[in-house]
Amino acid sequence: MNRIEKLFQDKEQRILSIYFTAGFPELNDTIRILESLQHADTDMVEIGIPFSDSLADGPVIQEANMRALHNGMSLKLLFAQLRGFRDKINMPVILMGSLNPVMQFGIESFLRSCKDTGIDGVILPDLPVDEYEKNYRTLFESQDIYCIFLVTPETSNERLRKIDSLSGGFIYAVSSSSTTGKEKDMNKQEGYFQKLRQMDLKNPVLVGFGIKDKNTFDTACQYTNGAVIGTAFIKALQTGNNVEEHINSFIKGIKAR
Amino acid sequence: MPLEFKLNPSAQRKNTIDFLKAGLYKVSPLGYYGEFGGAFIPEMLYPNVEELAEKYLGIIQEEAFQKEFRELLRDYVGRPSPLYLAKRLSEKYKTNIYLKREDLNHTGAHKINNTIGQILLAKRLGKTRIIAETGAGQHGVATATVCALMDLPCVVYMGEVDMQRQAPNVARMRMLGAEVRAATSGSKTLKDATNEAIRDWINNPKDTHYIIGSVVGPHPYPDMVARFQSVISEEIRKQLQEKTGNELPDYMIACVGGGSNAAGSFYHFLNDDKVKLIGVEAAGDGVASGHTAATTAVGKPGIIHGSRTMLMQTEDGQIEEAHSISAGLDYPGVGPLHAHLFKTGRATYLNATDNEALQAALELTRLEGIIPALESAHALAKLKDIAFKPDEVIVVCLSGRGDKDMDTYIKKLEN
Repeated sequence: MNRIEKLFQDKEQRILSIYFTAGFPELNDTIRILESLQHADTDMVEIGIPFSDSLADGPVIQEANMRALHNGMSLKLLFAQLRGFRDKINMPVILMGSLNPVMQFGIESFLRSCKDTGIDGVILPDLPVDEYEKNYRTLFESQDIYCIFLVTPETSNERLRKIDSLSGGFIYAVSSSSTTGKEKDMNKQEGYFQKLRQMDLKNPVLVGFGIKDKNTFDTACQYTNGAVIGTAFIKALQTGNNVEEHINSFIKGIKAR
Repeated sequence: MPLEFKLNPSAQRKNTIDFLKAGLYKVSPLGYYGEFGGAFIPEMLYPNVEELAEKYLGIIQEEAFQKEFRELLRDYVGRPSPLYLAKRLSEKYKTNIYLKREDLNHTGAHKINNTIGQILLAKRLGKTRIIAETGAGQHGVATATVCALMDLPCVVYMGEVDMQRQAPNVARMRMLGAEVRAATSGSKTLKDATNEAIRDWINNPKDTHYIIGSVVGPHPYPDMVARFQSVISEEIRKQLQEKTGNELPDYMIACVGGGSNAAGSFYHFLNDDKVKLIGVEAAGDGVASGHTAATTAVGKPGIIHGSRTMLMQTEDGQIEEAHSISAGLDYPGVGPLHAHLFKTGRATYLNATDNEALQAALELTRLEGIIPALESAHALAKLKDIAFKPDEVIVVCLSGRGDKDMDTYIKKLEN
């Protein structure tokens, strides 16, 4: 069973997924950060594949991307770092990034490398769902790698149904149309979250974009299965010297009841 | 020494003819030119882009739209722009060179053909805020101009580097009432300005229309912008018929950054195989120098700004920074139509270095009394490399005037 599916089977509420950029702050931090996140009881992790021109990202993740690339990170190197990580890490792990680096790596070798290293799902925000259905779906399914799609408050119900039918693992509900890391009032999105709940989708829903602390996490969790934190975590990574301890207190702070 | 011009490798020729027969230079309903194009956009942009894709053809084909568009092009822009037989230039190259004078348009370049079309479209879509990217500032000025005309607020993103090298255009945009925001990421040029404009659109999904300035971006932009710019080749056909008795030139030459003036210049000749279509990209310091913007020469297929096209990129798929003296050509991609014309061999893509462009600009100035934009000078720079016959007819799209480049010209040409 895919680890993402297993996670949602075992736990329906307050799922916390953390995003960080591979190769940031230092080139070889990937495994160290994964271990710290697991130690802090994080439910799931999204590793960002750095890209020079990520359209959906705000300044903080753009900066992390540039730093990671400057450090020498590449998709090839990321897969090398991930070799053997399943000996230590049990959480579901997702790769998230722009389509172009994946295309240049070659979609088939990319999915094979995902499978070989133990990656469970992929989020490629600029891969449209129709393109996926037509050209990529069989490839993803043959490797049992979930392709997770985004929806926004502007996504029509008809399209939501389609995305739900093609998305694997969960649906990534962008809190409101924006780039990552924008200040938002989650309470204003109540209607949208409620709609998602009432539609009785086949997939669980995680909210992302604008989730930054316990408050915003709690609000998202009132209506959905959990949330994703990216920008706020990247900021937290930049502040402390003792990364392990820092990650631990960050996660504990969010998850506290 | 001019080289005998080889049009296309013969293997590609057959391809070309097949495409001609199938009419495949037009965009497909899903936004593809062969393998290029499409709409690779995050879900946040989907409603806006989908609305455009569904409605643009219907709106453009409305009689009332066409009437308003044509009237503005005539009375406001000053079209048709003249087709001028450049006698002294022709003498020098021993052939017949006509210049399509887009430099004489209101605001000084071809860019306004597209912004007039898009602002009329934006109004019909009920949009109340306009954003744009700009490289040399010509598209920014053309957008700020139509926004003043239609009383719509306007934000233009411009690379910080370009704001410095095209300062007069920044001042013009501000005088026209636009807000100019500096793009400070990456190479701080056109690519980064486009990134910022797209990010703005993601953050303003309801009220905003993004007026893209070239034949780039997700479908339907490449086709929509090409249609608005196609007035260039529509006029050339008529004007050539009047002047030469034949509506087809032997060569149609235009510079290519994203490729909007070239797309407009090629558009009505795409199915006339006799017309040799030449796009000229910016080589910067030279194609092999690592400081270039000659995408078809050094790029490979990839995705930039929502479109699959030829792209300058690293092995890892990171987008490389382009380099050109000309801010309007300083772009690491080309429109998907050009990628397709390149791949199929229907058009030939050459490139000109910074120096060649400067020399060509000076040459046109001294021979014809016309100071061209640095972008257009790249197209002129290849006249010397093609062995024209005395009875051939050459049209060069003079896409813009050189006022905005005076600082560069003064600095570079004073020696």
